[in-house]
Amino acid sequence: MPRDVEPRAGETGSAMDTTGADDCSESLHRLYHFLDGELTDERRAAIAHHLDECSPCLDAFDFEAELRVMISLKCRERVPDGLIERIAAAIRQERGWPGPAGRGDAFPV
Amino acid sequence: MEHMPSLYTAALRMTRNPSEAEDLVQETYLKAYRAFDSFQEGTNLKAWLYKIQTNTFINAYRARRRRPEQTELDDVEDLYLYRRLGGLEAATAGRSAEEQVMDLFTDAEVKSALDSLPEQFRIAVLLADVEGFSYKEIADIMDVPIGTVMSRIHRGRRALQKALYDFGQARGLVAQGRGAQGRGDG
Repeated sequence: MPRDVEPRAGETGSAMDTTGADDCSESLHRLYHFLDGELTDERRAAIAHHLDECSPCLDAFDFEAELRVMISLKCRERVPDGLIERIAAAIRQERGWPGPAGRGDAFPV
Repeated sequence: MEHMPSLYTAALRMTRNPSEAEDLVQETYLKAYRAFDSFQEGTNLKAWLYKIQTNTFINAYRARRRRPEQTELDDVEDLYLYRRLGGLEAATAGRSAEEQVMDLFTDAEVKSALDSLPEQFRIAVLLADVEGFSYKEIADIMDVPIGTVMSRIHRGRRALQKALYDFGQARGLVAQGRGAQGRGDG
């Protein structure tokens, strides 16, 4: 059903059917851009509104979002023992430590 | 060296070899130290380090590569895993959907699935999904247009889902679900 929304310039006049198949297809099409935070505020709001009303789409979005968290967490590696010391030593050698202070002293990492 | 855990995580997925990953991270820090004059204060230090590491990896890797990098992907439809495994959350009462998804795959399966992707897709998915960089930052790190980044991320994610599914199938995970008939019509 059309909502209480003023038609905006550039819209082709299609009804804003928030439960229709077109909205599902449009939302799923933009799923990754939505989850990546790469949508305009307007498009983001339209999808968020659709998700409020469409549990099948919300299910799919939730699954993809949770899958991404799972992938990120399960890929974490522990830095091997001694690597930090090895790199710090290599940088000291590069710097000619304990030589005079130079530009690299500002190096924060 | 607050960024070292993520740089090492990325290095291991790039090289797929622990000793090469350590060398890559060390090379990255040395280059960053030498080039630190060119780093602009106030810009994203982590993205700058990743750009150095990605360039270093790609150049070193290309130099010793004998055969062209594979660029073909197993291409599957969007929501490939969801349509096959989405129903698994409901299988155990009293557990949140997050916990269920978290338990679908082991650490080793996720790492192996990422490692199975061709280099350019592997790096794009790693930067987006493991490190959370924006499309624009990834375009800068990989030095490719933003449209290329989006295409690599999108195709890489689908291939990753296919690889995860294959691993899950290999240890019988799929038998608990609804198989390929799952939510296919969703």
